[in-house]
Amino acid sequence: MRNEVRFSGFGGQGIILSAVIVGRAAVIYDNKYAVQTQVYGPEARGGASMSQVIIDDDPILYPKVATPDIYLIMSQEGFEKYGAVAEDPSVMLIDSTLVHSRPKCRCIEIPATREAKLTLKKDIVANIVMLGALVAATHVVSEESLRKAILDSVPKGTEDLNLKAMQLGLQLGKQP
Amino acid sequence: MTRTEFWQGNTACAEGALAAGCNFFGGYPITPSTEVAEHMAAKLPKRGGVFIQMEDEIAGIASIIGAAWTGARAMTATSGPGLSLMMENIGFAAMTETPCVVINVQRGGPSTGQPTMSAQGDMMQVRFGSQGDYAIIALCPATVQEMFELTVKAFNLADKYRVPVFLMADETIGHMREKVIVPDTVERVNRKPLVPGTLPFKADADLVPGFPQFGKGHHVHVTGLTHDERGYPAATNPKLHANLVQRLVDKIENARNDMADYDVINPGASRVFIAYGAPVRTVQQVMYDLNDTDIGFLRLRMVWPFPEKALAEFKNAKAFFIPEMNLGQMAREIERHIKLPVISIPKIGGELHTPADLISTLEAHP
Repeated sequence: MRNEVRFSGFGGQGIILSAVIVGRAAVIYDNKYAVQTQVYGPEARGGASMSQVIIDDDPILYPKVATPDIYLIMSQEGFEKYGAVAEDPSVMLIDSTLVHSRPKCRCIEIPATREAKLTLKKDIVANIVMLGALVAATHVVSEESLRKAILDSVPKGTEDLNLKAMQLGLQLGKQP
Repeated sequence: MTRTEFWQGNTACAEGALAAGCNFFGGYPITPSTEVAEHMAAKLPKRGGVFIQMEDEIAGIASIIGAAWTGARAMTATSGPGLSLMMENIGFAAMTETPCVVINVQRGGPSTGQPTMSAQGDMMQVRFGSQGDYAIIALCPATVQEMFELTVKAFNLADKYRVPVFLMADETIGHMREKVIVPDTVERVNRKPLVPGTLPFKADADLVPGFPQFGKGHHVHVTGLTHDERGYPAATNPKLHANLVQRLVDKIENARNDMADYDVINPGASRVFIAYGAPVRTVQQVMYDLNDTDIGFLRLRMVWPFPEKALAEFKNAKAFFIPEMNLGQMAREIERHIKLPVISIPKIGGELHTPADLISTLEAHP
């Protein structure tokens, strides 16, 4: 079983961290293999940032993503630059608060930024809401592994907030 | 015991250095190697080591040469533009037989080139970049695991042979994160100490002189000038110069088979890939996808000194295919060693060869 996941949004949303958390969940807690890569160009500073994770039961040879089967898109510019190419049978989770376009492939709309702001009063955790939704919708890593990897990765004192964000995402991602 | 980590290549390199007992880092940060310096800055002082950000790369390598002479396990990290600046002192380190480790996370060149993109364009520069004849050791990691392991190995080789050792990584491996199995302890090969009463540059049978331990009563003159076995300048003595420089080259080149580090896959194959660094990953994918025992693979972890004996392991080879992220630098070296066709598969621009790149080359040479 192999998944190739592409994350995109704008600088500051925690796009890179999201990809690292998923890779870490797969490697450390699901005992799988993962490779995480990211765009390092100057466009990553403020423009559309992008990161990709390959998750596989077997060791990963060629480390670059060719055609992602899962997209997680959190900005309109990120969609245009890194999401618009998506076709069936890929699936795309979008932050519907911030992305106005819709892809040609199956799309799961998650109002992550709105819900983070309304429910948790902190839109900064919108990326963690998206991760919860990602796992609920695709099972790319297990819920428990995601939880542990989030706790490993977020600043001290924000653990409860981030776990609530994950739970919120899990609910939003399970809706049909 | 081991533990599992999900590390970036540059982090694994820094952790390998720490595991190897590196206790001095001097350097100047440069993309795509910066995370090595960042990690050493965060960790090394807490372990009693020294981290110094120098004013440039020239000072960076000068600082590690000085540190090495105090007995430190010393390292710097850079990318192509920094390696160019270091060249004079790399020759100085070779001439003075200073054990030190230089991490070069390669990016697109020449000049400032492509700071955030991947390349392997420094393979000849690292071997021949400083003036005069000398030899160095260069290792090429293809996994984040090898960023850790080959950094450890670099320190051991540097101390064993008293030579600058280069980890010739590339942006692809330096910046990606993947699974690393981290051992609790690593092998350590220490410098051979100078026997009291022996001249400091008088080599033993292995062509390597003992190292004078700092603070142990040795008075040693260290110079880049041609020097006699006492270390004193003797720059107009033709025979002495010839013997010294020949020994500096021979101590590495004569040990090439001892230190060689490579894997041979499908030795009976007629068409054989040779790769080092990130293109190894593409070759592995192609080998897996084609599942053809008539396609062989020589995977190099040590590129300098070049392990020519490895080529002879492919007894039925009819052609060698060399994918490199440069315009064919090691392909030229390989051509020197064999009479069979060597098909270079160059790729510049900053992106790793795709499996399709290699398969189309195979199809063009059935």
